[in-house]
Amino acid sequence: MAECHPVGFQWVMEAKARGAKVIHIDPRFTRTSAHADQHVPIRAGSDIVFLGALIKYILDNEKYFREYVVAYTNAATLVGEDFQDVDEHDGLFSGYDPETGTYDTASWSYAGHADDGEKEESEHSQRERGAGHELGGRGANLESAEVQRDETLQHPQTVFQVLKRHYARYTPELVQEVCGVPPEAFLEVAEAVTSNSGRERTTAWVYSVGWTQHSVGVQYIRGAAIIQLLLGNMGRPGGGILALRGHASIQGSTDIPTLYNLLPGYLPMPKAGEHDDFEAYLDSVRNKDQKGFWTQADAYTVSLLKAWFGQAATAENGYGFDWLPRISGDHGTYRTVLDMLDDKVEGYFLLGQNPAVGSAQGKIQRLAMSHLKWLVVRDLNLIESATFWKDAPEIATGELRTEDIGTEVFFFPAAAHTEKEGTFTQTQRMLQWRHKAIEPEFDRRSELHFIFNLGRIAKQRLAGSTLERDRAIQAMTWDYPVEHGTEEPSGRAILREINGFHLTGERAGELLDGFTDMRADGSTSGGCWIYSGVYAGNVNRAERRTPLQESQWGWAWPMDRRVLYNRASADPQGRPWSERKALVWWDEEQGKWVGHDVPDFQLTKPPGYRPEPGSTGPDALAGDDPFIMQADGKGWLYAPTGLLDGPLPSHYEPHESPVKNALYGQQTNPTRMVYRRKENLSNPSAGEPGAEVFPYVFTTYRLTEHHTAGGMSRWLPYLAELQPEMFAEVSPELAAEQGLEHLGYATIVTARTAIEARVLVTDRMAPLRIGEKTVHQIGLPYHWGQGDQAYVTGDSANDLFVLSLDPNVFIQECKAASCDIQPGRRPTGPALLDYVEEYRRRAGITTETGNRLLTRDDP
Amino acid sequence: MSTSFYGPLDPAPDAGWTDAPPRKGFFTDTSICIGCKACEVACKEWNAVPDDGFTLLGSSYDNTGALGASTWRHVAFIEQSPASDVLNRVGDSALTGDRNALGTDTTKVDLGMPSFDLPGMAVGADGRTDFRWLMASDVCKHCTHAGCLDVCPTGALFRTEFGTVVVQDDICNGCGYCVPACPFGVIDRRVGEKGVTKNEGIAQKCTLCYDRIGDGLTPACAKACPTTSIQFGDLDELRERAEQRVEAMHAQGISSARLYGEDPTDGVGGVGAFFLLLDEPEVYGLPPDPVVTTRDLPEMWRKAGLAALAMLAGAVAAFAGGGR
Repeated sequence: MAECHPVGFQWVMEAKARGAKVIHIDPRFTRTSAHADQHVPIRAGSDIVFLGALIKYILDNEKYFREYVVAYTNAATLVGEDFQDVDEHDGLFSGYDPETGTYDTASWSYAGHADDGEKEESEHSQRERGAGHELGGRGANLESAEVQRDETLQHPQTVFQVLKRHYARYTPELVQEVCGVPPEAFLEVAEAVTSNSGRERTTAWVYSVGWTQHSVGVQYIRGAAIIQLLLGNMGRPGGGILALRGHASIQGSTDIPTLYNLLPGYLPMPKAGEHDDFEAYLDSVRNKDQKGFWTQADAYTVSLLKAWFGQAATAENGYGFDWLPRISGDHGTYRTVLDMLDDKVEGYFLLGQNPAVGSAQGKIQRLAMSHLKWLVVRDLNLIESATFWKDAPEIATGELRTEDIGTEVFFFPAAAHTEKEGTFTQTQRMLQWRHKAIEPEFDRRSELHFIFNLGRIAKQRLAGSTLERDRAIQAMTWDYPVEHGTEEPSGRAILREINGFHLTGERAGELLDGFTDMRADGSTSGGCWIYSGVYAGNVNRAERRTPLQESQWGWAWPMDRRVLYNRASADPQGRPWSERKALVWWDEEQGKWVGHDVPDFQLTKPPGYRPEPGSTGPDALAGDDPFIMQADGKGWLYAPTGLLDGPLPSHYEPHESPVKNALYGQQTNPTRMVYRRKENLSNPSAGEPGAEVFPYVFTTYRLTEHHTAGGMSRWLPYLAELQPEMFAEVSPELAAEQGLEHLGYATIVTARTAIEARVLVTDRMAPLRIGEKTVHQIGLPYHWGQGDQAYVTGDSANDLFVLSLDPNVFIQECKAASCDIQPGRRPTGPALLDYVEEYRRRAGITTETGNRLLTRDDP
Repeated sequence: MSTSFYGPLDPAPDAGWTDAPPRKGFFTDTSICIGCKACEVACKEWNAVPDDGFTLLGSSYDNTGALGASTWRHVAFIEQSPASDVLNRVGDSALTGDRNALGTDTTKVDLGMPSFDLPGMAVGADGRTDFRWLMASDVCKHCTHAGCLDVCPTGALFRTEFGTVVVQDDICNGCGYCVPACPFGVIDRRVGEKGVTKNEGIAQKCTLCYDRIGDGLTPACAKACPTTSIQFGDLDELRERAEQRVEAMHAQGISSARLYGEDPTDGVGGVGAFFLLLDEPEVYGLPPDPVVTTRDLPEMWRKAGLAALAMLAGAVAAFAGGGR
């Protein structure tokens, strides 16, 4: 966190000054470790064992917050008898289909529910459209709100007992064997976390892409979720699981998404065959038979369509739903790049992105772009993705020849953050208005300017079109006012449109107070339901900036809530669990919920409220169901649906690992996405012939001094000089083993390519004892790229990775992989290809290597 | 002109400023430095200091090396293992065999001095828990008795009303007398291409953002520091705050915390930019007992004067004696 979020880390330092204990779990000793009370070096890719052992520790030692767990989680809910856990199948849950590499999740359902999954749609289809992304705004659908419960937690089918059995093998000794963390270090963490949780105290978990960028990335976070629910650390001040984002407004870019499979507010992008008409779409989005606010999704969708299409959207034409494009499968970034390589994609927009350096499998990224007809790059500088046609590493190796590349590259200089206004949404879901300091000079323009004019010109060009596919562009409202004295469309006008308006009735023309104003009858508009309220009363609440007063700083979705599910900060009777940790509570006299935060609950619903049998939607939420976006109102220790790779996190080794899975015959996540192509060869992992050729683990990361692929830092001399060269961090032991010299060069090799880096020998890298052997890890920052424009250049660590993705959200595994490291510089020119080919030959690599999904001995 | 070369005093009035504001300075609390180098960057941005070269130094994460004409704030990174740790681990670590193969002499006793070994050469895998990574942002000390200022023949260096020491780049003639006069090795002449590099050949160093503090602003480095490791303010108040911080840290059991440069009775009369360190100054590359290089100047002048008088007397005597 100190490395990549130094400004946010000031609050950790402040907490520390007030007595907080800071624990840092990371393969490397970083600037964060330097200020942590305890640093726990861990093998990259082994975290689920660490988290699972914590869960077991909590359960075995009865450290869980029993009242919270019984009342607020699904611990007491019974799981159906059909569910079979991984221990019964050597690493597979029930329902695995080896043909498609997906699970039929029906057997994971709650008892009495035939199938809690979305019955109409196969898991394969859900995976294609990355349905897991929708869970950024809500819980997964259930068949019904009715569940069977045993509040003694003794019934063998309770989630609680399933959890106990599932993690029975996750002992401190296993942590040593898999993670390389000694039992004493593990127990110190376990003791610290559990003693700092309960009525009086809360613990927070903070993570970043070190947890997400794995083939089991979603399950890492699920592991932390289980711990936090067991300890009662959700919905309470000082608790939670906090995702640190890699850029400003990454949260915003999923809320109002840049993802192919989402519409604003985590509504799914319609898919051909699944969502052919509006009713079918709405039915798939919300299940009227379950609990919670998601049953109002029709109002959110209609308001969105009204915001987009205005008068043209009517009840008769389904509010223009049919004009929306349909997805037909996986169109995620890596799928799209592979399609480019296969000449299926003609054009590509890169807005502030540098895939030639910053995306996994750099060679595929660059080769794919050479297949495009046109490429638009909007950036501050001439980044490698804009100049690949003349200076890509593949030019040097002869794989690409400039004169053969037909891609027409359009470079648009972009305005910097100081030259444009708008909002950033940070990880607390808080929108903060950013003012413009200066007008952009020369040809630099904001994204808003670019997109607005692109849309304007597209509308002009298509005005006379009679093609059905052009109806959306024709119907789209696109009448944003321009900021006074500039050519810039008004960001405030757009934020108002996102907030939404009353369109008819007494309040016609007024801004909505919030999403509860939204209606499904076309009488309201709103560009993103969760953001509704940011401009309530025509006040830009994102612009509020009263220091040291959280409630007067920015605006957090939904409804300016700072802590989600904060009903859980009070006990089932509505009283704060403790005075010290009071946040919201039930005020009997006023007959409503009050407190320091906006209550995340129906304001006047008393704690003792019990729904009428058969009620649905918000009415079905009891007065002590705090998780109001969950289909049963409870926090999910066990996920009966919604995840494609298991209802509980289980340890699988990374796609490439020199270590055999100590728990199951199943080595890797059997549902991960793999791509069997000659450009995407995998290293053999433990248990496969040739694994010994790639004996080391490497991980990648960012340094404080640079920003991601370097587009914002390698072109600035003041930043470039601070970390001028690509380096590899190795322990003294690995240096000795491989003859690496401090400040000398090393060549790091995978089945994809070889890169070179200067060597930093440092105690900050520690060899780990994994079982009987010592595993060495190599640290590689990924900021440098080969080009001729920046102050500092170098090989890109991302060129080393293979494409292998998490099945839920398609994130690439680039925080743990295997490699070899040798002293000296890599070969240059075509000799580099021969060098890598020789490795492939030695390891016997084919397109099947490492890509077998099912690796148990007895299938 | 300064009336004293040694001992405690308030430098601005001493330099002739009447109604000088309270002396300003920095308190750099290295115990909360996270090594982000925002100070280095903010300093260069504000003061238009050029880059200092693109060279990987291999000195942990430090690639600017030291304070100089083009680095007015410098963050040091010290990777450190307690000596006892090294000794305890030798022999019982299965991994020390490899280390010995590298020829490291593990019998050396660590005196807390900067290591001349490669980073990490002195430690094994088992002892990483006591590993420390110290970070500290260094800067011109703005000494009470500033050797650089004392020796400047052109008046380019001067004492400001805030008690700080500033070089006027349009007056400096690049003679370089100030460079060896600094007991901390801070000031230096900028190396570069004549006519291309700004202020090539001119002596340069931190001005404590003279232009900013004159307008009531915080110096760029302190403003940019996310953890308040760099604190700017009235020196008296900073000293008080620093004393309290050290006391609090001692109470927490961090006995190694100590202040550096805050003592008005030290060899430079106390500095305007002082530090809280977690180890001996040498570990951070700071002189343990800095003395203003001009301390002995009055004495030297007196002696030189006596010598001159003696010579004069001798000459007079020779003439007088040989007057025949």
